[in-house]
Amino acid sequence: MSEIPKDLSYTKTHEWIDYDGDGTCTVGITDYAQSSLGDLVFVELPETGTKVGAGDAVAVVESVKAASDIYAPLDGEIAEINEQLEDSPELVNEDPFGEGWLFKINVSDPDAVENLLDADTYEGIVEDEED
Amino acid sequence: MAKRTPLYDAHVADNAKLVDFAGWDMPIDYGSQIAEHKAVRESAGMFDVSHMAVVDITGSESRVFLRRVLANDVVKINEDGRALYTCMLNTRGGVIDDLIVYHLAGELYRIVVNAATTEKDLAWLHSQGRDFEVQIQHRQDLAIIAVQGPRGRDLGASVLDDELGAAAMQLKPFRVASQGDRSVGRTGYTGEDGFELVLPADEAVSAWKTLRDIGVAPVGLGARDTLRLEAGLNLYGQDMDEDRTPLESGLGWTVAFKPADREFVGREALEYIREQGVAEKLVGLVLEGRGVMRSHAAVRAADSDADEKQAKGEVTSGSYAPSLSRSIGLARVPAEWEERVEVCLRGKWLPARIVAYPFVRNGKSRIDD
Repeated sequence: MSEIPKDLSYTKTHEWIDYDGDGTCTVGITDYAQSSLGDLVFVELPETGTKVGAGDAVAVVESVKAASDIYAPLDGEIAEINEQLEDSPELVNEDPFGEGWLFKINVSDPDAVENLLDADTYEGIVEDEED
Repeated sequence: MAKRTPLYDAHVADNAKLVDFAGWDMPIDYGSQIAEHKAVRESAGMFDVSHMAVVDITGSESRVFLRRVLANDVVKINEDGRALYTCMLNTRGGVIDDLIVYHLAGELYRIVVNAATTEKDLAWLHSQGRDFEVQIQHRQDLAIIAVQGPRGRDLGASVLDDELGAAAMQLKPFRVASQGDRSVGRTGYTGEDGFELVLPADEAVSAWKTLRDIGVAPVGLGARDTLRLEAGLNLYGQDMDEDRTPLESGLGWTVAFKPADREFVGREALEYIREQGVAEKLVGLVLEGRGVMRSHAAVRAADSDADEKQAKGEVTSGSYAPSLSRSIGLARVPAEWEERVEVCLRGKWLPARIVAYPFVRNGKSRIDD
C-alpha cells in the first residue's frame, strides 16, 4: 500500500499539492505514481515565470518504462522548480513527498485549493486503480 | 487464470511486482529495475525464465530433422555439449521463433523457445516432424534459472552437485554440460558471462533460495529487457516476427547457407531475397540528448521533413540504457540509411545516431560519446 499523507491535497492525475496558506503551493507526484512509473530517468520541468492553467501539461516525468505528463493543479505562475532533479531524477522515487518535489506555483486564486481532493478521496481513486 | 512458474511463491516473498507476460504471472521488478540491471553488470543476478519452454528432441533422425527445421546448421554442434543460436523459419523465410539448441548427447537435443510462441512452435515442430523418426517432448517438469554477471558462473555453479558443478566451470562460451534431466549452458541474454540452469522444478526452488542467500540478486523482466537491448540481442515479436526474415533483422549471420544442398525450411525464400537485396535493415540507434526512445517511434532521415506517418523507419525496441545513462534502440530503416536520423518522441523530432551494436559487452560501453 502506498503512502498518502493526510495533510496534503491531491488530483485524480496523481499530483500532490502542499499549499502554504500564503499564495504558493508545492507540487509533486504521489508515492503511488512513482511506484507505478518505476525508476525515473529524466524529469522535464517548466521555466520559472511560465503562466499555467489548471489541467495544463506543464512537466514530463520519464521512467525506464514510460513517459508521463504532469498537470498543473491550479491556475498561476511557476515560482520555482526543483533543479536537483536535472541530475538526480531518482529523488522522486526515493522521496516523492519531500526532496522529490517538482515545482512551486504562485496561485492566482487561493480559494481554488478547496476544490482539490483530500487524502481520503484520493485513496479511493488509488484503490480503484489497483483493482 | 495466469500460469505460474515453480518460483512464483519466491517472487511474492521478495515483493516482486508481478505482471502478465504471455499468459504467465511474472516479476517485472523487485523494487528497482535499474538496481537489478546494475547487479547483473557489476556482480550477479538471476532470472526466473521458467515461462520459456524446454523441448527435448530425440530419435534416430533428430539431427536430420533439426537440419531441416532450423536455419542455422546443427552440424556445427555435432560434438556433444555444444550450443547454437538459430531462427526457425516458415516457408516464406519469416521468423517463427528464435531459440538456442543444445546438443546434450548423441541423439538428444534440447531447445529452449519463447513463452509467447510455445504453442505455435510445438505445433510447427510436430507437423514438420511427421516424416522423421523423432520424439518431441515439451518438458513442463523442468524450470529454468539464468544466473548472469561477472560472478554468475562462480555463484551459479555452487548450487550444483560436485560433478555437474565441476563440469560447468570447465565450459567454454556456448557449451553445455548435462546430468540426467539437468543441463547447464554457458549462455544467456544479457551480454554478460553466466549460466542458464535447467533443473527439475523442486530443485529449482531450492537453488533459487540458495542463490538468494549467497548474494545473487533476483532480477525481473524489466531489467532483462534493458540488459538484452544493451547487448544488442533481438526480442522476438518486436525486432523480428513471421513477416520479416533474419536478413532484414540483423540475423543474417545465423543463417547457414552452406552447404548448398541442405534444404532447410525457408531457404528458397531467403535465397531469393538475398539475390534481390534487402530493402530494410535493423540498426542500432543512440539518442543524442535527453528523452527515451520507445518501440514504434517513427524514424526519418536527418535531412527529411517527413511527418510521423510518412517516416520510413521505426524503432522496434527502445529504452533507457542504465549502463550508458542515455536512450538506445534498435530500429528498422531503409537499407541505404547511414549515420544521422531523427526520432519522433512525443511529437518532437530529436537527433539520433546509427551505431554498430552491441552497445555494451561484458560491462563495458562500446559506444563513442
